[in-house]
Amino acid sequence: MTATAQLDLRARPSWRTTKNKLMLGLMGVAVVLVAIPLIAVLSSVVQRGAAIAFKGFPDFFTATIPVVSRRPGPGMGPAILGTLLVTGGATLIAVPLGILGAIYLHEYGISSKFARLVRFMSTVMTGVPSVVMGLFVYLTWTLSFGYSAFGGALALACLMLPVVIGSTEQMLRLVPSQLREAAYALGTTKSRTILTVVLPAALPGIVSGSLLAIARAAGETAPLLFAVGAATAYNPHLFSEANTALSVQIFGNANSSFPAAQERAWAAALTLVLLTFIVTLIARIFTARLALKR
Amino acid sequence: MQLSELRGHKQYSDRAFRGLAVAAAGLVLLVLGMIALTMTRRAWPAFGTEFFSSTRWSAAEGIFGALPFIWGTLYTAAIAIAIAVPISLGVSLFITQVAPPWMKKPLVYLMDLLAVVPSVVFGLWGVLVLSQHFGLGRSFLTAGIILAIMIIPIITSLSREVIETTPSSEKEAALALGATRWEMITASVLPHSTGGLVGAVMLGLGRAMGETIAAALVIGSAIGQITLNPFAPGNSMPAVIANEWGEAAENHKSALIALAVTLFIITIAVNLIATGIVQRSMKRSRGV
Repeated sequence: MTATAQLDLRARPSWRTTKNKLMLGLMGVAVVLVAIPLIAVLSSVVQRGAAIAFKGFPDFFTATIPVVSRRPGPGMGPAILGTLLVTGGATLIAVPLGILGAIYLHEYGISSKFARLVRFMSTVMTGVPSVVMGLFVYLTWTLSFGYSAFGGALALACLMLPVVIGSTEQMLRLVPSQLREAAYALGTTKSRTILTVVLPAALPGIVSGSLLAIARAAGETAPLLFAVGAATAYNPHLFSEANTALSVQIFGNANSSFPAAQERAWAAALTLVLLTFIVTLIARIFTARLALKR
Repeated sequence: MQLSELRGHKQYSDRAFRGLAVAAAGLVLLVLGMIALTMTRRAWPAFGTEFFSSTRWSAAEGIFGALPFIWGTLYTAAIAIAIAVPISLGVSLFITQVAPPWMKKPLVYLMDLLAVVPSVVFGLWGVLVLSQHFGLGRSFLTAGIILAIMIIPIITSLSREVIETTPSSEKEAALALGATRWEMITASVLPHSTGGLVGAVMLGLGRAMGETIAAALVIGSAIGQITLNPFAPGNSMPAVIANEWGEAAENHKSALIALAVTLFIITIAVNLIATGIVQRSMKRSRGV
């Protein structure tokens, strides 16, 4: 410090400020490092997939899958139908059950021992590897009833259930308790209060959380390997006969050394990515509406 | 909610609805219990002495030693964590502490996008692009990189949540004392979030060990390799299950299910610890 009249208060460059700049710079590098693989993967998928997927436009999305995988040509129609069937079935099972479970946790159980146990175990269940879920469904369902889209739906539902419970409970937590109290003051029963006051208030958030769970489930492969089978023709039946799915087809074709099969894998990947992104986008729209309301 | 007790009588439908909700919640415990029970029962004969001691895995001879696959699972998960943790931490600190407000939302969307890309698509890219054009081949390292890409969004979003609970008064105190932004982070943010960050990393670890399809495609499916060389082809428990299931005979299937049980136990243990850590640190940081 000098005793002159004008003090220079600007920070002088020192090891501290250099270190600060260095570390902040490294954080920026981390962001770039994350963006690189995302862009690389998506551009590969679009570049290699689009040519096949949109050649003779609806063909790829409607034609059946070639039985001999090294033969070139379009066809993922049955897999698209299979993915929709399996994911739709899983949604019908997991979403209502998940919402009910979350209602128990937040409206009835709250901090009782049972509720705390369920909450804890449900978080643990989100970490169960998907391949384990697939084998579990194979042992309990497929062994007795054979390959079907429903087996895959069961496996995906097991994966989705804890996710839906978690996101729904968070949304229920955001519903102000005055709403519930107002309903009670009018003399409604607890179940009516939940169904007609609490759930509608939390609905956009619940829909958005469920859609994100659906998007993730639609891309799952491992649980379907053991329960769905590998059909090449359309199978609209939920409960009988082997079916197939986009993810299973990508896995099979990616392992193949034939260019034709690999091309179909890329195009199927493009289809699957588009499908999951659309579902995610719809979820985002619901979240945005939620934000507007508040 | 004492108000509900003022009502005269409990309606039948009310109790039925409650029962339904309890049953749905109990389903979580039921499914977890059934997974443990049915799979252990089926896998029991395969848990011979050699399962955890032998390095030979030969379906033709009926010898099933799981050691190389357990090693492969732990090794690839370790590589993935080593890559993912610094990057995730950097990104979550960047989003919460450094980025200007207008940049935050797009960055969060970017991470969500990464989380939504199906694992089989990463696997496809890994096997047809990463392993072929970057000279990595199908190896432990390729699998580790792909797994890292997949767990980064998970670790980042959890870390972000934990870091955001740091009270702004603590951050402002550090800045008021003349700390640079990095010093503020090391002095206020990181000590506050250590527990939660450890939990987030462990959840990522659990996910990396259980990831099946991407690993199955890029790890190389070598049998019996226990090596530290990251460029060697290897195998991991979930990858073996996915790759060998199709042509497995009955005793072979039992051995694969035994692998799944082992994987289940390891991941459940990791997740139990991680969930415990996260919940405790979240509770503490909320000041409850």
